[in-house]
Amino acid sequence: MDMAGDDERIHLFAGDLGFSIFEPFMEKFPSRYINMGVAEQNMIGVATGMALSGKIVFVYSIANFPTFRCLEQIRNDVCYHNVNVNIVMGGGGLSYGSLGVTHHATEDMALMRALPNMTVIAPGDPLEAEQATLACASWPGPCYLRLGKTTEPGVHESLPSFSIGRAIMVRDGKDATLISTGCMLYSNVQAAEILAGRGISARVLSMPTVKPLDRDAVLAAAGETGVIVTVEEHSIIGGLGSAVAEVLAEASGIDCKFRRMGVRDTFTHDVGNQEYLLKAHGLSVGDIVNTVIDLKKEGR
Amino acid sequence: MPENTIDYKAFSTRIRAQVLRMVHRAQSGHLGSSLSIADILAVLYGRILNVDPAQPDWPERDRFILSKGHAVSAVYVALAERGFFPRDWLLNYYLNGSHLPGHITYGVPGVEASAGALGHGLPIGCGMALAAKCDDKKYRVYVILSDGDCDEGSTWEALLFAHQHKLDNIVAIVDYNKIQGFGRTKEVLDLDPLAEKWHSFGWSAREIDGHDHRQIEQALLGIPFESERPSCIVAHTVKGKGVSFMEDDVAWHYRSPDDKQLREALDELGVSE
Repeated sequence: MDMAGDDERIHLFAGDLGFSIFEPFMEKFPSRYINMGVAEQNMIGVATGMALSGKIVFVYSIANFPTFRCLEQIRNDVCYHNVNVNIVMGGGGLSYGSLGVTHHATEDMALMRALPNMTVIAPGDPLEAEQATLACASWPGPCYLRLGKTTEPGVHESLPSFSIGRAIMVRDGKDATLISTGCMLYSNVQAAEILAGRGISARVLSMPTVKPLDRDAVLAAAGETGVIVTVEEHSIIGGLGSAVAEVLAEASGIDCKFRRMGVRDTFTHDVGNQEYLLKAHGLSVGDIVNTVIDLKKEGR
Repeated sequence: MPENTIDYKAFSTRIRAQVLRMVHRAQSGHLGSSLSIADILAVLYGRILNVDPAQPDWPERDRFILSKGHAVSAVYVALAERGFFPRDWLLNYYLNGSHLPGHITYGVPGVEASAGALGHGLPIGCGMALAAKCDDKKYRVYVILSDGDCDEGSTWEALLFAHQHKLDNIVAIVDYNKIQGFGRTKEVLDLDPLAEKWHSFGWSAREIDGHDHRQIEQALLGIPFESERPSCIVAHTVKGKGVSFMEDDVAWHYRSPDDKQLREALDELGVSE
């Protein structure tokens, strides 16, 4: 809101969603808000035309609607023209729980990562989300901002030092590193606390930017802790885990145990809320703790 | 260009002849699609479009988008004729190391938006038209669509949008040659009655002969047809227009002329090789 007040180039398009979120923006900046209807392909095309005319556009929808539905528009229009269009998605991962598979966004980051010029950001808590939003507006090219629900617990006590492409160290440790993107950060913090009670000092890295990935932070974690576990509410194919694996596989002289935790290339067949489904996919805090302990048992 | 000096016939013939030479040299395709829009382009670039080749980014310029991005060879000729880039560039269209790719590409001077997948041009054009409204600018947005463009759902999403937001500064010109990628529209997805469809979506639509320069000019000078409504020109055209053995034949969506066919085609246009 403050950002839009300062910069008249900023426009907000919603894909007929955003009830109880956008009302303040609509009231304050009516000429810069449009409900685009249930027409995501057109929404992305119009956003591109606006951005080619000097505007900064945020488009919003939920789950897979602003990505899969209009993927070719994102590739050919937004990314190829390399314009300041920011695609904001609400309901990342399994947040929509019992609404079912159509509403589970678990492959979106893989698609967005693959697109040239696209920056992919999944903030770890509300404060990171705030910083990320500001960063997207001033970033000249396209960004994909993957949010969860509006009720995620805060992890950072004060504004974290956020910049695109940089990991945020939430807790230092020497025996293992837990890397998350998006709101699995809170689970990692809880897991690290439990691990500490079992004598394992775990570093917790929030990796809000999945692309470009903070390669240095990954390599430092590998060298300094010898164990890396990536945790994401996303398929193990193409997201954070893949990005970290690519860095580790191409690095020389690294001796590091590594596991990807995420949705294991499957749809969700259970019915339940987010917490229930995370457990069903082996992504509970206990699962994270056990994964680290198992890797430590394997030895370095 | 002042009206009385414009020889649309000569301009469109230069477009057709150069397109034939380019496609022959590159042994590329989409010849029929490019010949189909030569007359519309001659009027647009001959008189209608308020553009300045010396400053292609001039903020007040009219925007032209070729949504049927495959017919780009004709647009490149028009741009070169207007001086957006050297005519020499046309010589290696489509060839290795060329400045000019086989679908219209942003970055080429005078090109406003890339296209190549159908159904993208009208939404982008609507964004440019909306930006003009926001900034109180007077420029217009002209989008040429193909029959195939009108198959795409995204095009119809944009129709709804332009009407909703009263974008009377956008003009859609449908190059209605009634042949799409792999067949006649009647046999694939019948678009008729096309003008009525646009009209029912809230656009002000007119039908013209898309090869009659006077009709094209009059229609374009009459924009917007109604205030607060977007305008559509359904231009009845012939795929491959101007070369009798290429006309109205789906094969010339793909085929490249050999040396003999090039000579015959240029002869028919009354120009030398």
